[in-house]
Amino acid sequence: MTQTVPLVLPADWRDFFALTKPRVMSLVIFTGLCGLLAAPGSIHPVLGFTAILCIALGAGGAAALNQWWEADLDAGMKRTAKRPLPSGRLRHDDARDFGIALSVASVLVMGLAIGWLAAAILAFSILYYAVIYTIWLKPRTPQNIVIGGGAGAFPPLIGWVAVTGEITMMPVLLFAIIFFWTPPHFWALALFVKSDYAKVGIPMMPVARGETSTRRQILAYSVLLVPIAAAPWFIGGTGMVYGLAALALSLAFLALSLPVAFRQTGSDDAMKPEKRLFAFSILYLFALFAVLVVDRVLVVNGVTA
Amino acid sequence: MTPEEETEFKRRQRSRNLVMGGFLLFFVVLFYAITIVRMGD
Repeated sequence: MTQTVPLVLPADWRDFFALTKPRVMSLVIFTGLCGLLAAPGSIHPVLGFTAILCIALGAGGAAALNQWWEADLDAGMKRTAKRPLPSGRLRHDDARDFGIALSVASVLVMGLAIGWLAAAILAFSILYYAVIYTIWLKPRTPQNIVIGGGAGAFPPLIGWVAVTGEITMMPVLLFAIIFFWTPPHFWALALFVKSDYAKVGIPMMPVARGETSTRRQILAYSVLLVPIAAAPWFIGGTGMVYGLAALALSLAFLALSLPVAFRQTGSDDAMKPEKRLFAFSILYLFALFAVLVVDRVLVVNGVTA
Repeated sequence: MTPEEETEFKRRQRSRNLVMGGFLLFFVVLFYAITIVRMGD
Protein backbone atom coordinates (compact mmCIF):
# COMPACT_ATOMS: atom_id res chain seq x y z
CA MET A 1 0.00 0.00 0.00
CA THR A 2 1.35 3.38 -0.92
CA GLN A 3 0.27 6.62 0.64
CA THR A 4 1.76 10.06 0.45
CA VAL A 5 2.62 11.45 3.81
CA PRO A 6 3.08 15.24 3.63
CA LEU A 7 6.72 15.81 4.29
CA VAL A 8 7.43 18.29 7.06
CA LEU A 9 10.73 19.89 6.30
CA PRO A 10 12.35 21.93 9.06
CA ALA A 11 11.95 25.58 8.10
CA ASP A 12 14.94 27.37 6.68
CA TRP A 13 16.49 29.78 9.18
CA ARG A 14 16.13 32.58 6.60
CA ASP A 15 12.36 32.33 6.95
CA PHE A 16 12.65 33.03 10.67
CA PHE A 17 14.89 35.97 9.84
CA ALA A 18 12.34 37.30 7.32
CA LEU A 19 9.71 37.09 10.06
CA THR A 20 11.50 39.86 11.98
CA LYS A 21 10.98 42.38 9.12
CA PRO A 22 14.69 43.26 8.74
CA ARG A 23 14.00 46.40 6.70
CA VAL A 24 11.75 47.93 9.32
CA MET A 25 14.34 46.94 11.90
CA SER A 26 17.02 49.07 10.21
CA LEU A 27 14.96 52.21 10.94
CA VAL A 28 14.30 50.97 14.48
CA ILE A 29 18.03 50.48 15.06
CA PHE A 30 18.90 53.87 13.59
CA THR A 31 16.38 55.90 15.63
CA GLY A 32 17.08 53.88 18.78
CA LEU A 33 20.81 54.48 18.38
CA CYS A 34 20.26 58.22 17.83
CA GLY A 35 18.16 58.44 21.00
CA LEU A 36 20.91 56.64 22.89
CA LEU A 37 23.69 58.87 21.49
CA ALA A 38 21.78 62.14 21.94
CA ALA A 39 20.93 61.49 25.59
CA PRO A 40 22.91 63.36 28.24
CA GLY A 41 25.37 61.24 30.17
CA SER A 42 27.32 58.29 28.93
CA ILE A 43 26.85 54.58 28.62
CA HIS A 44 29.52 51.91 28.31
CA PRO A 45 29.80 50.80 24.66
CA VAL A 46 29.03 47.18 25.61
CA LEU A 47 25.87 48.25 27.43
CA GLY A 48 24.91 50.66 24.64
CA PHE A 49 25.27 47.84 22.14
CA THR A 50 23.19 45.57 24.38
CA ALA A 51 20.43 48.19 24.67
CA ILE A 52 20.22 48.61 20.88
CA LEU A 53 20.32 44.82 20.43
CA CYS A 54 17.39 44.44 22.84
CA ILE A 55 15.40 47.14 21.04
CA ALA A 56 16.05 45.34 17.73
CA LEU A 57 15.20 41.88 19.13
CA GLY A 58 12.00 43.25 20.67
CA ALA A 59 10.99 44.82 17.36
CA GLY A 60 11.76 41.51 15.62
CA GLY A 61 9.64 39.59 18.13
CA ALA A 62 6.74 42.01 17.72
CA ALA A 63 7.03 41.76 13.92
CA ALA A 64 6.93 37.95 14.13
CA LEU A 65 3.81 38.06 16.33
CA ASN A 66 2.25 40.55 13.91
CA GLN A 67 2.79 38.16 10.99
CA TRP A 68 1.59 35.19 13.00
CA TRP A 69 -1.70 36.99 13.71
CA GLU A 70 -2.10 38.38 10.18
CA ALA A 71 -1.08 35.26 8.21
CA ASP A 72 -4.58 34.90 6.75
CA LEU A 73 -4.72 38.56 5.73
CA ASP A 74 -1.22 38.41 4.24
CA ALA A 75 -2.26 35.42 2.15
CA GLY A 76 -4.95 37.54 0.53
CA MET A 77 -2.70 40.40 -0.53
CA LYS A 78 -0.28 40.32 -3.46
CA ARG A 79 2.45 42.27 -1.62
CA THR A 80 2.53 39.91 1.37
CA ALA A 81 1.42 36.55 -0.07
CA LYS A 82 5.02 35.36 -0.40
CA ARG A 83 5.89 35.88 3.28
CA PRO A 84 7.01 32.72 5.11
CA LEU A 85 3.66 31.99 6.79
CA PRO A 86 1.12 32.53 3.97
CA SER A 87 3.39 30.67 1.54
CA GLY A 88 3.53 27.70 3.93
CA ARG A 89 7.30 27.67 4.47
CA LEU A 90 6.90 28.06 8.22
CA ARG A 91 4.51 26.56 10.75
CA HIS A 92 2.18 29.03 12.50
CA ASP A 93 2.99 27.78 15.99
CA ASP A 94 6.71 28.08 15.28
CA ALA A 95 6.24 31.72 14.27
CA ARG A 96 4.26 32.44 17.45
CA ASP A 97 6.79 30.73 19.71
CA PHE A 98 9.67 32.47 17.93
CA GLY A 99 7.97 35.86 18.40
CA ILE A 100 7.28 35.24 22.10
CA ALA A 101 10.82 33.96 22.69
CA LEU A 102 12.42 37.00 21.07
CA SER A 103 10.11 39.38 22.94
CA VAL A 104 10.64 37.82 26.36
CA ALA A 105 14.41 37.48 25.87
CA SER A 106 14.78 41.11 24.73
CA VAL A 107 12.88 42.43 27.77
CA LEU A 108 14.74 40.23 30.26
CA VAL A 109 18.19 41.09 28.91
CA MET A 110 17.29 44.79 28.83
CA GLY A 111 16.15 44.63 32.45
CA LEU A 112 19.16 42.72 33.71
CA ALA A 113 21.86 44.54 31.74
CA ILE A 114 20.48 48.08 31.42
CA GLY A 115 17.58 48.81 33.77
CA TRP A 116 13.98 47.91 34.43
CA LEU A 117 12.47 51.22 33.28
CA ALA A 118 13.89 50.76 29.76
CA ALA A 119 12.80 47.11 29.93
CA ALA A 120 9.27 48.07 30.98
CA ILE A 121 8.92 50.56 28.11
CA LEU A 122 10.27 47.93 25.70
CA ALA A 123 7.74 45.39 27.00
CA PHE A 124 4.94 47.91 26.62
CA SER A 125 6.01 48.80 23.07
CA ILE A 126 5.95 45.12 22.04
CA LEU A 127 2.50 44.60 23.58
CA TYR A 128 1.34 47.85 22.01
CA TYR A 129 2.37 46.75 18.51
CA ALA A 130 1.38 43.09 18.74
CA VAL A 131 -1.87 43.41 20.70
CA ILE A 132 -3.25 46.96 20.79
CA TYR A 133 -2.31 47.73 17.18
CA THR A 134 -2.25 44.41 15.28
CA ILE A 135 -5.00 42.49 17.03
CA TRP A 136 -7.27 45.21 18.32
CA LEU A 137 -7.28 48.50 16.40
CA LYS A 138 -5.71 47.94 12.95
CA PRO A 139 -8.72 46.05 11.58
CA ARG A 140 -11.23 48.35 13.29
CA THR A 141 -10.37 51.98 12.52
CA PRO A 142 -9.01 54.00 9.59
CA GLN A 143 -6.87 55.77 12.22
CA ASN A 144 -4.82 52.55 12.36
CA ILE A 145 -1.74 54.23 10.85
CA VAL A 146 -1.83 56.93 13.53
CA ILE A 147 -1.95 54.22 16.20
CA GLY A 148 0.71 52.12 14.47
CA GLY A 149 2.96 55.18 14.35
CA GLY A 150 2.99 55.05 18.14
CA ALA A 151 4.69 51.66 17.99
CA GLY A 152 7.41 52.94 15.65
CA ALA A 153 8.00 55.94 17.91
CA PHE A 154 9.28 53.96 20.90
CA PRO A 155 12.90 53.12 19.87
CA PRO A 156 14.49 56.58 20.42
CA LEU A 157 12.60 56.89 23.71
CA ILE A 158 13.93 53.53 24.89
CA GLY A 159 17.46 54.35 23.68
CA TRP A 160 17.39 57.61 25.62
CA VAL A 161 16.00 56.05 28.81
CA ALA A 162 18.66 53.29 28.58
CA VAL A 163 21.23 56.05 29.21
CA THR A 164 19.41 58.35 31.65
CA GLY A 165 17.19 55.91 33.52
CA GLU A 166 14.32 58.42 33.63
CA ILE A 167 11.57 59.73 31.36
CA THR A 168 11.95 63.45 30.74
CA MET A 169 10.50 65.88 28.21
CA MET A 170 13.22 65.28 25.60
CA PRO A 171 12.67 61.55 24.94
CA VAL A 172 8.91 62.16 24.92
CA LEU A 173 9.42 64.78 22.20
CA LEU A 174 11.49 62.29 20.15
CA PHE A 175 8.54 59.92 20.49
CA ALA A 176 6.16 62.68 19.37
CA ILE A 177 8.25 63.49 16.28
CA ILE A 178 7.99 59.95 14.88
CA PHE A 179 4.35 59.73 16.00
CA PHE A 180 3.35 62.81 13.99
CA TRP A 181 5.67 61.95 11.09
CA THR A 182 4.20 58.49 10.44
CA PRO A 183 0.71 59.40 9.13
CA PRO A 184 1.84 61.80 6.35
CA HIS A 185 4.69 59.40 5.51
CA PHE A 186 2.45 56.37 5.17
CA TRP A 187 -0.61 58.04 3.64
CA ALA A 188 1.55 59.62 0.91
CA LEU A 189 2.56 56.06 0.02
CA ALA A 190 -1.01 54.79 0.32
CA LEU A 191 -2.15 57.42 -2.19
CA PHE A 192 0.11 56.19 -4.99
CA VAL A 193 0.34 52.48 -4.18
CA LYS A 194 -3.08 50.99 -4.70
CA SER A 195 -2.91 48.19 -2.19
CA ASP A 196 -5.43 45.45 -1.64
CA TYR A 197 -6.00 46.15 2.06
CA ALA A 198 -9.69 46.71 1.35
CA LYS A 199 -9.96 43.16 0.01
CA VAL A 200 -8.94 41.69 3.36
CA GLY A 201 -11.01 44.14 5.41
CA ILE A 202 -8.33 46.50 6.74
CA PRO A 203 -9.74 50.06 6.65
CA MET A 204 -6.95 52.24 5.24
CA MET A 205 -7.64 55.96 5.25
CA PRO A 206 -7.72 56.68 1.46
CA VAL A 207 -10.28 53.91 0.96
CA ALA A 208 -12.24 54.30 4.20
CA ARG A 209 -12.53 58.11 4.28
CA GLY A 210 -11.61 59.03 0.72
CA GLU A 211 -8.58 60.63 -0.89
CA THR A 212 -9.64 64.24 -0.29
CA SER A 213 -9.88 63.68 3.46
CA THR A 214 -6.57 61.80 3.48
CA ARG A 215 -4.83 64.68 1.68
CA ARG A 216 -6.16 67.23 4.19
CA GLN A 217 -5.00 65.06 7.09
CA ILE A 218 -1.52 64.76 5.55
CA LEU A 219 -1.36 68.56 5.58
CA ALA A 220 -2.58 68.78 9.18
CA TYR A 221 0.15 66.44 10.42
CA SER A 222 2.81 68.25 8.33
CA VAL A 223 1.80 71.55 9.94
CA LEU A 224 1.96 70.03 13.44
CA LEU A 225 5.36 68.54 12.69
CA VAL A 226 6.99 71.99 12.36
CA PRO A 227 6.65 73.06 16.03
CA ILE A 228 7.00 69.51 17.36
CA ALA A 229 10.26 68.81 15.51
CA ALA A 230 11.71 72.14 16.69
CA ALA A 231 10.41 71.74 20.26
CA PRO A 232 13.59 70.05 21.58
CA TRP A 233 15.39 73.30 20.73
CA PHE A 234 12.64 75.53 22.19
CA ILE A 235 12.80 73.78 25.56
CA GLY A 236 16.60 74.05 25.58
CA GLY A 237 17.25 70.35 25.12
CA THR A 238 19.41 70.83 22.03
CA GLY A 239 21.62 73.47 20.47
CA MET A 240 20.98 75.83 17.61
CA VAL A 241 22.27 73.45 14.92
CA TYR A 242 19.46 71.02 15.61
CA GLY A 243 16.89 73.77 15.97
CA LEU A 244 17.63 75.42 12.64
CA ALA A 245 17.96 72.09 10.82
CA ALA A 246 14.66 70.88 12.29
CA LEU A 247 12.89 74.04 11.17
CA ALA A 248 14.39 73.88 7.65
CA LEU A 249 13.59 70.17 7.23
CA SER A 250 10.04 70.51 8.59
CA LEU A 251 9.27 73.55 6.45
CA ALA A 252 10.49 71.65 3.39
CA PHE A 253 8.25 68.75 4.45
CA LEU A 254 5.34 71.16 4.77
CA ALA A 255 6.10 72.75 1.38
CA LEU A 256 6.08 69.32 -0.28
CA SER A 257 2.82 68.36 1.42
CA LEU A 258 0.98 71.47 0.16
CA PRO A 259 0.62 70.31 -3.48
CA VAL A 260 -0.37 66.86 -2.18
CA ALA A 261 -3.05 68.39 0.04
CA PHE A 262 -4.89 70.40 -2.61
CA ARG A 263 -4.78 68.05 -5.56
CA GLN A 264 -7.45 65.93 -7.10
CA THR A 265 -6.27 63.15 -9.32
CA GLY A 266 -7.73 60.90 -11.94
CA SER A 267 -6.94 57.23 -12.17
CA ASP A 268 -4.09 57.71 -14.69
CA ASP A 269 -2.21 60.35 -12.69
CA ALA A 270 1.56 59.90 -12.33
CA MET A 271 1.32 60.89 -8.62
CA LYS A 272 4.57 62.84 -8.74
CA PRO A 273 3.92 65.12 -5.70
CA GLU A 274 2.90 62.14 -3.56
CA LYS A 275 5.99 60.16 -4.53
CA ARG A 276 8.18 63.19 -3.88
CA LEU A 277 6.68 63.70 -0.41
CA PHE A 278 7.10 60.02 0.45
CA ALA A 279 10.74 59.96 -0.69
CA PHE A 280 11.50 63.14 1.24
CA SER A 281 9.75 61.86 4.36
CA ILE A 282 12.32 59.05 4.65
CA LEU A 283 15.22 61.44 4.14
CA TYR A 284 13.58 63.79 6.64
CA LEU A 285 13.55 61.31 9.51
CA PHE A 286 17.11 60.08 8.92
CA ALA A 287 18.44 63.64 8.61
CA LEU A 288 16.56 64.92 11.66
CA PHE A 289 17.83 62.18 13.97
CA ALA A 290 21.35 62.38 12.54
CA VAL A 291 21.40 66.15 13.19
CA LEU A 292 20.20 65.50 16.74
CA VAL A 293 23.33 63.43 17.38
CA VAL A 294 25.64 65.85 15.55
CA ASP A 295 24.21 68.73 17.58
CA ARG A 296 24.82 66.86 20.82
CA VAL A 297 28.46 66.18 19.83
CA LEU A 298 28.98 69.85 18.91
CA VAL A 299 27.44 71.14 22.14
CA VAL A 300 29.38 68.70 24.33
CA ASN A 301 32.63 69.77 22.69
CA GLY A 302 31.77 73.45 23.06
CA VAL A 303 31.70 74.15 19.32
CA THR A 304 28.16 75.55 19.31
CA ALA A 305 25.61 76.67 21.87
CA MET B 1 11.65 10.27 1.71
CA THR B 2 13.53 10.42 -1.57
CA PRO B 3 17.31 10.88 -1.51
CA GLU B 4 16.86 14.49 -2.72
CA GLU B 5 14.45 15.24 0.09
CA GLU B 6 16.77 13.66 2.61
CA THR B 7 19.66 15.82 1.40
CA GLU B 8 17.52 18.96 1.70
CA PHE B 9 16.28 17.87 5.13
CA LYS B 10 19.83 17.41 6.38
CA ARG B 11 21.00 20.68 4.82
CA ARG B 12 18.27 22.68 6.57
CA GLN B 13 18.81 20.93 9.87
CA ARG B 14 22.52 21.62 9.69
CA SER B 15 22.18 25.31 8.77
CA ARG B 16 19.59 25.82 11.52
CA ASN B 17 21.86 24.19 14.07
CA LEU B 18 24.76 26.37 12.95
CA VAL B 19 22.71 29.57 13.26
CA MET B 20 21.38 28.49 16.67
CA GLY B 21 24.87 27.61 17.86
CA GLY B 22 26.26 30.94 16.68
CA PHE B 23 23.39 32.75 18.40
CA LEU B 24 24.03 30.99 21.71
CA LEU B 25 27.79 31.50 21.51
CA PHE B 26 27.22 35.20 20.80
CA PHE B 27 25.03 35.50 23.90
CA VAL B 28 27.57 33.69 26.06
CA VAL B 29 30.21 36.24 25.03
CA LEU B 30 27.77 39.14 25.43
CA PHE B 31 26.74 38.06 28.95
CA TYR B 32 30.37 37.67 29.91
CA ALA B 33 31.10 41.20 28.65
CA ILE B 34 28.03 42.66 30.39
CA THR B 35 29.04 41.00 33.65
CA ILE B 36 32.58 42.39 33.49
CA VAL B 37 31.32 45.89 32.67
CA ARG B 38 28.62 45.88 35.36
CA MET B 39 31.09 44.64 37.99
CA GLY B 40 33.10 47.81 37.38
CA ASP B 41 30.10 50.08 38.18
